[in-house]
Amino acid sequence: MNDIIRELLSKHGGLPVAVDQIADTADLYDAGLSSFASVQLMLALEDEFDIEFPEAYLNRKTFSSIAAIAEALADITKDRQVA
Amino acid sequence: MNASAQVAALDLAERASRAAKVAAEFADRVDAEGRFPVEGMNAIKAERLMGVMIRPELGGEAATVTHIADVCAILGQSCAATAMTYAMHQIQIASLADYAVGSAWHEAFLKRICDEQLLVASATSEAGIGGNLRNSLCAIEVEGATARLTKDATVISYGAAADAIMVTSRRNAEAAHSDQVATLFLKEQYTLEQTSVWDTLGMRGTCSDGYIFRGECPAEQILPRPFAEIAAQSMLAVSHLLWGALWYGIAADAVAKSQAFVRAAARKSPGQVPPGALRLAEASNLLQQVKANVVAGLKQFEAAKGDGDALNAMSFSVAMNNIKVGTSQMILVIINHCMLICGIAAYKNGTPYSLGRHLRDAHSAQLMISNDRILGNTSTMLLVNKQDTSLLG
Repeated sequence: MNDIIRELLSKHGGLPVAVDQIADTADLYDAGLSSFASVQLMLALEDEFDIEFPEAYLNRKTFSSIAAIAEALADITKDRQVA
Repeated sequence: MNASAQVAALDLAERASRAAKVAAEFADRVDAEGRFPVEGMNAIKAERLMGVMIRPELGGEAATVTHIADVCAILGQSCAATAMTYAMHQIQIASLADYAVGSAWHEAFLKRICDEQLLVASATSEAGIGGNLRNSLCAIEVEGATARLTKDATVISYGAAADAIMVTSRRNAEAAHSDQVATLFLKEQYTLEQTSVWDTLGMRGTCSDGYIFRGECPAEQILPRPFAEIAAQSMLAVSHLLWGALWYGIAADAVAKSQAFVRAAARKSPGQVPPGALRLAEASNLLQQVKANVVAGLKQFEAAKGDGDALNAMSFSVAMNNIKVGTSQMILVIINHCMLICGIAAYKNGTPYSLGRHLRDAHSAQLMISNDRILGNTSTMLLVNKQDTSLLG
């Protein structure tokens, strides 16, 4: 999953550094992720995984690192399987 | 009981009203001369209102943002420049009080603010970046225990009158533009080389001149938490709420003047409804909307306070943005109504119904943090944020 996130981040993140130089746990905002880019990334993830981020996930924390995004996606897709 | 403790024992609104009376007396002169509202600010200090939001163990009174908003609304009715100076100072206090907990230097400084009634300014705008609070070009340079910073600050409101300035910068020379820290510099630790003069349509007393800021201070004066967190969780919301409150104050005073005008007209011609009465009813209706907007926002902020998740939520940012845009637009409509009610007496300076200063001051509201920029941010968030359609949620 992290590879897909990295690919979308590279496409939509508008980061000044190459995505492969960012650790899974590194702070993406510190790396230069803008709020506009985080929304673009969010839309791309929704499209890719055919999900909608629930309101509770729409905050800074969810998009603070690649690991945090992966965790949020795991939670959301798990909920869907249960439902 | 000493004098300051006696003053502090009184209710905040009462103290604010006394300070507002002094500020009102000098409001026209401050506006005409474009000078710092020194009398109003001194009155605020005499009422010990500078540090009220700080914790009692550091000398404050643990006032909430809601209390401060009430003070801003009271001051806004007398002198908008005094109210704005006070509001901007409190925005810095809110950040310092909540985001430097446990930092010995900052806590000692907060105590000094209470003891000495110090005024804190901020330097966020920068040449090449503009008003985008969340980006910096300049970088703080830390060498051993010393921090140095030079910033081409296009605006530092009341910079020349401040006792300290909170300056944003990149964390270091390698950091991305958005990886920022805030550092609190004391007056004796910086120089200001003036680069522009604040000769504006309104809000003239805030003296928001441009400066090259050059400072050097112990590195411990850098706020421990990232500026991104401070901006997102405190600064933006507190700014919109306190500004909204003082803008309400400007509009409320205009409505009070036009009501006095209509009543005087009614007394002159008994048995007839004066021509401005209907428009006054409209202005009163619109003013109530501004008030409701600000009060609902304060309620939402106080409920979310201390809850990082709630403060970081997109729906919260959307709500705070809407308060700023809504109130800043509405006060212009209201004051224009009041102009129509009072006519030439409002248009002319020096009458009991003059509204020129109100109108000019109010025009700053949609520009300080441009409404277009805020609407742009909101529109981005609305691409993913689902609207809460409940009435009470």
